[in-house]
Amino acid sequence: MTVHELKELLNARNLTETLPEDAEVTCGYSCDLLSWVMSHGESGMAWATVQTHMNVVAVAVLADMACVVLPEDVEMEKEVLQKAENEGIVILSSPLTSYEICGKMYERQIPAHT
Amino acid sequence: MNGLIHSEYPRETADYTHAGEASADIKRQLRQLGVSANVMRRVAVASYEVELNLVIHSEGGVLTLDVFPDRVVLVSKDRGPGIPDVEMAMREGYSTANEEARALGFGAGMGLPNMKRNADGFEITSQVGVGTEIRMMFMLQ
Ligand SMILES: Nc1ncnc2c1ncn2[C@@H]1O[C@H](COP(=O)(O)OP(=O)(O)OP(=O)(O)O)[C@@H](O)[C@H]1O
Ligand SMILES: [Mg+2]
Repeated sequence: MTVHELKELLNARNLTETLPEDAEVTCGYSCDLLSWVMSHGESGMAWATVQTHMNVVAVAVLADMACVVLPEDVEMEKEVLQKAENEGIVILSSPLTSYEICGKMYERQIPAHT
Repeated sequence: MNGLIHSEYPRETADYTHAGEASADIKRQLRQLGVSANVMRRVAVASYEVELNLVIHSEGGVLTLDVFPDRVVLVSKDRGPGIPDVEMAMREGYSTANEEARALGFGAGMGLPNMKRNADGFEITSQVGVGTEIRMMFMLQ
């Protein structure tokens, strides 16, 4: 599934409008503790988190993730979005909860690991 | 691969805005050298964790990257406060991170274990009142 298809599936908005949505989502994860994410992060991952500060982008970049998904319509500050755009990390914001986001991804056979 | 690299990244206490930039730069340099995805990933995890520890726990310090033909070496050296019980600090789940850091999602107590797991060589020495030094090595083959 592409980032674009994930966006549709989660009824989400792309907060990083200038970025393409064609990257392939190969696995999913949900956690708000950055060291946990750091040790589980994989390339192509869609990561659901309520954290919205600069380090979210840093973690996503270091793990070569496909995108970050903010649940419950959480917003992200302009400077952080700017950094995400510079680094090429798509940030989606969905009205669904993290639980629902993971459920939907799992239903569509997106695994926990590649 | 024969280009040698030496880079230094000074980090200041609680500078969360720039935290992660040293690791991003290290990863960029390794990618340019054509280092394998596996090594790049492990160095990225370890450098991120050690960089963030400088920002969260130390009174300031320097992260150094050295690339040799056969290995990557990361060294973090700070000016204090030092770790009273290193064995305890190495355990998963042990953290003294403050409220500010925890609110940002740090403080899982996973950083040092992540470093040890990802590096091919890991050494930590610490002295209270002096500082902490962490040396990590990653084989390139
Ligand atoms: N450079 C340092 N200077 C002083 N104390 C340190 C330093 N690095 C680590 N520590 C101590 O070791 C503990 C464990 O570090 P570790 O990186 O494993 O976890 P953490 O930083 O608390 O949480 P996490 O890394 O999961 O966000 C820290 O809470 C801190 O007490
Ligand atoms: Mg840490």
